[in-house]
Amino acid sequence: MKHFLTLLSHEIRMLLVSPSTYIAAVLFLAVMGSVFNGILDTYSQAPQEASPASVFFQLFWLPVLFMVPLLTMKCLAEERRLGTIETLLTTPVTTTEVVLGKYGAAYALYIALWGATGGFFWILGKFAGDRRILDLGPLVGGYVFIAVSGLLFVAIGVLASALSRNQAVAGILCFTMLFALIFGVHYLADAAWLNTDILHPVRAAVGYGQVLQHYEDFTRGVVDLRQLLFYVTGTVLSLVFSILSVEAKQIHS
Amino acid sequence: MPESSPNAIEVTNLVKTFAGVAAVNDISFTLARGEILGFLGPNGAGKSTTMRILTGYLPATSGHVRICGFPVTTHPDEIKRRIGYMPENNPLPEDMRVSEYLYFRGRLKEVPRRKLGPRIDEVLELCDLKRMRHRIIGKLSKGYRQRVGIAETILAEPPVIIMDEPTIGLDPHQILIVRDLIGSLRGRMAVIISSHILPEIEVTCDRVMIINQGRVVAQGTPAALRREIFGHSTYIVEMAGEASSLTGALAGFEPFLSVAAEAEADPSGFRNVTLTTQSEAELGEPLLRAMLGRGLRVRAISRQHPTLEDVFLAATRRSWDTVDAKPQK
Repeated sequence: MKHFLTLLSHEIRMLLVSPSTYIAAVLFLAVMGSVFNGILDTYSQAPQEASPASVFFQLFWLPVLFMVPLLTMKCLAEERRLGTIETLLTTPVTTTEVVLGKYGAAYALYIALWGATGGFFWILGKFAGDRRILDLGPLVGGYVFIAVSGLLFVAIGVLASALSRNQAVAGILCFTMLFALIFGVHYLADAAWLNTDILHPVRAAVGYGQVLQHYEDFTRGVVDLRQLLFYVTGTVLSLVFSILSVEAKQIHS
Repeated sequence: MPESSPNAIEVTNLVKTFAGVAAVNDISFTLARGEILGFLGPNGAGKSTTMRILTGYLPATSGHVRICGFPVTTHPDEIKRRIGYMPENNPLPEDMRVSEYLYFRGRLKEVPRRKLGPRIDEVLELCDLKRMRHRIIGKLSKGYRQRVGIAETILAEPPVIIMDEPTIGLDPHQILIVRDLIGSLRGRMAVIISSHILPEIEVTCDRVMIINQGRVVAQGTPAALRREIFGHSTYIVEMAGEASSLTGALAGFEPFLSVAAEAEADPSGFRNVTLTTQSEAELGEPLLRAMLGRGLRVRAISRQHPTLEDVFLAATRRSWDTVDAKPQK
């Protein structure tokens, strides 16, 4: 792990000098800003039951589905396409360090972008003058959920990038996997054909993997260790498969 | 102790197969410290594959590779610290500045932070890149990119340097710089370069290895290769006179010297006659004297030096013949 910090700072630096990062950031903040604006509009017209923060984070899947592929599709696919992976892996660094460096940088950017949305709430708190409107519980819960689920989402993006040398393919693959994880599992949990006795274990497993359900628990302040474990093991698995994928492609190149 | 091993590179019975097709087929060679080896071969001969195996990037199917005494398979970290490698086509990141790139690579190659700055200045100077240090790599011309690759390769002063076609795409002036640069590494670093530019190899390398179809077809110094492949010397004489007196003159002092070819005479009666002999000795002067003694008129006499190109073509053709001669299964 000697070179991890060198690689991580290099990757973050590369992200910071790349115009695509800024385009992604501006688009992300524009979309989330208009969502937030819409929420405030609704709240100003009629009293609502939920706090603005929990409604805001309900739409977390929208930026996840589009931002995560954009942030991660480049990382390993580009290295392989340019051939720089060969120069990188013939220095005394391990594949693990390379993959973790890329993952760390993408995750840091993901968190930084979400962190920027904190500004919305700050402005709201400053100008609303009403402490009740800023319900701290759902706000913190929402950000914790974003941070924890982001681990897995970004790891899936890195895995997609490790599987293909084509950025577009990696991006679409990542989008599909995230879509399957967020909505596919949700759909499966409601499917009637899973209700038979013999499929009960499958149903139970699907029940644990519902990202939308996790979100609701987190914003209600329920941090379940099983859910944390779900994201952490998912992240570790995705990263292990990414590392194996890079090494396998090296052998068969 | 591996460190005390006299050879920088030892390769024994190296085999690499891709899906049943042998890309490298039983190659063995050694390279002493400080020696420069030129790697020649037609496209698809297995040069790049061999180099990738040496760097530990590709695993071999069978055989042993040792770098500075360390086996590549069991000590990948040790050997990666001892190798500077420039792959084919010299891949570089597009959106970094030259000095940033070198700094990053230096850190990866574990050059101490303190020494890295002066060392970067040094390699930039060596590769004539000083004016380009703040340029973005993606905007550099091919020649400069190539030099950035070379600068990066020698950055950490590794004992072994492997470069896959370092002079490809350079203009003659830059080739000269690269040639001097590689030459200046002689004695300090063991270098393997592959190239299609044969005169390049001939000037810079102590030893040449020609491979074809994954096999070594010839190796040795350029001069030894010439002897081995051709086994004879050739003289071209521009003369006028009777052919019979020429054979008489030849029989007089060197029985193995024979007329290989005779060209058409030009209007003034002079023609080119090609003579070949097994002998390695310099026969120009006695030949001239014998011919003049027989009353032949001689306008020019020269000894042909087969270029490395001829050696390369002959050696690869010979290996194709042996490949073709084998019964196809």
